Amino acid sequence: MSEHHHDHEHGHDHGHDHDGKPIQEDALPSLEAQILETSVRELLIEKGIVSAEDIRRAIEAMDSRGESLGAKIVVRAWTDPAFKEKLLTSSDDALREFGINMSPMELCVVENSDDVHNMVVCTLCSCYPRPILGIPPAWYKRRDYRARAVREPRAVLQEFGTVLPDNKQVRVHDSNADLRYLVLPQRPAGTEDWTTSQLEKLVTRDSMIGVSDVRRLDELVG
Amino acid sequence: MESRYKPGDKVRILQRNQPGHVRTPIYVRGKTGVIERIVGSFPNPETLAYGHSGLPYKMLYRVNFKQGELWPDYEGAPEDTLEIEIYEHWMAPA
Repeated sequence: MSEHHHDHEHGHDHGHDHDGKPIQEDALPSLEAQILETSVRELLIEKGIVSAEDIRRAIEAMDSRGESLGAKIVVRAWTDPAFKEKLLTSSDDALREFGINMSPMELCVVENSDDVHNMVVCTLCSCYPRPILGIPPAWYKRRDYRARAVREPRAVLQEFGTVLPDNKQVRVHDSNADLRYLVLPQRPAGTEDWTTSQLEKLVTRDSMIGVSDVRRLDELVG
Repeated sequence: MESRYKPGDKVRILQRNQPGHVRTPIYVRGKTGVIERIVGSFPNPETLAYGHSGLPYKMLYRVNFKQGELWPDYEGAPEDTLEIEIYEHWMAPA
């Protein structure tokens, strides 16, 4: 099954928000898709095709992916021009070096510069580069972010604390189909002598979605 | 698979009311943009989503719109853009 299906939010709009609550209520009644999933899973286990342990391990592996992988990719692009070129033009080859396979999707890497700021949204559901950044933040899936990021991106960026000058172009990418997007943020000035692991600490999840820049250098002091 | 459009071509997104698993959001329908790149051919999500093969594959493009084209009262800079993936059967030459 492609990432598409479990990325979608169909039928989840049941009037309250689970995120941020200490205890999550079970959704009642079960969605048709949940009943189907349980039935198929139980059948697969019963017939010995997969084990419950296989499924648990696969979920654990998916959940353990996170922004640190994205940060490694960004820093490699900052420090290795040939890799950066490959990442921007033929991302499959570049990602293979990190053991990442996006199939059946493809990764589209968009680069920030002095003149351009990139920002990613999926207006139709919540498509997100999960193999690289893990589970999307709750706000990324919210209706207001999805609607407003394309309609008034500068106002949304401002609410994230990202104020851009008028002469900087804002490019919004609607991740609506078969590509997934990663923003390549700008490497801050003054980090020329930094080690790879120091640089990786600058690169945040939000900077790779494009709702902010990387951490300020003074945030890492002390 | 041949692509009908190439980067730089002006295209208009079709204004079509079609139910089902459609990946062309309403806010770009009827709008004019420019092909940014040819992404490649992919299974048609409009049938794939319902357990079919998605064949024949559909050519997919990234289309670049000026925000002012999408939202006449857009408040950002005139250079601001929105880029989105659109399948070939959802566009016409403009």
